[in-house]
Amino acid sequence: MSYTLGIIIIGIGILFDIGGCIGLIRMPDVYNRLQSATKCVTMGTCCILLGIFIIEGINPSGLKALLAMIFVGLTSPTGAHSLARASYRYGVKLWKKSVGDEYSEICRQPEHPEWEQD
Amino acid sequence: MIIKRLIVFTALFVIWLMCTWPFSPFDLQSFIAGLLAAGIVLMIFPSTPRGINSSKLSQPKRYIWAVVYVPVLVWHMIKANLDVLYRVVHPDLPIKPGIVKIKTSLNNPIARAILCNSITLTPGTLAIDIRGEDIYVHWIYIRKRSVKSHTEEIGGRFESILKKVFE
Repeated sequence: MSYTLGIIIIGIGILFDIGGCIGLIRMPDVYNRLQSATKCVTMGTCCILLGIFIIEGINPSGLKALLAMIFVGLTSPTGAHSLARASYRYGVKLWKKSVGDEYSEICRQPEHPEWEQD
Repeated sequence: MIIKRLIVFTALFVIWLMCTWPFSPFDLQSFIAGLLAAGIVLMIFPSTPRGINSSKLSQPKRYIWAVVYVPVLVWHMIKANLDVLYRVVHPDLPIKPGIVKIKTSLNNPIARAILCNSITLTPGTLAIDIRGEDIYVHWIYIRKRSVKSHTEEIGGRFESILKKVFE
């Protein structure tokens, strides 16, 4: 029973992962690609790990899957934030059909003005 | 100060124990290696996380709200995934992206980090930067055009719970 449930959840996870990969190809610019990649890959990977936990039960590999879930959930959005911010500051443009950009002025101002002296 | 460092040290050591479990009762090697590793990490990163103080740690209400936060986040994550799947599979690629500014009223640095991570995991939004009390968010489908409505739609669903947990 737990085996079947685990396989079903792993299947859902793989479906989400595939969605993320298609998004990586179809989306027009870095930021939209990061959107689909981050959301789908976080949830997909967490589903796969949860499926492993359900199949394994409470034993060393099952608990490690749970631990990995927490770490993926914490680090994946942080990594996406840092990639998006770095590419914006490097000068990667938004897609040409974008609707608005309220970050462009503030991005050029120094973040810590007191460090800019000397 | 010492107590804060002890909390961080214990957390690191517990994570190590979970990674090396199961240990045989006489297996001192992995214990000592874990203690060393936790100590070295504390030496490299001596600044303890700001925003934790012991009077807040002893209020059980905050833990209950922290537990409530998890299913809310998971529900929004599921919606986010279905949303991305819909946009990706749709032949016309229905996106209208842009960067918008929202306000946050949270002051605690940990609460802000959790809010930004949650924004990244919810439908259509990706937190890019935080300056003062403004969060800059890349939104995949912009509908309205005012800071207040953006704040309500993007941050409002988590901010009220995080306020009860951290402030």
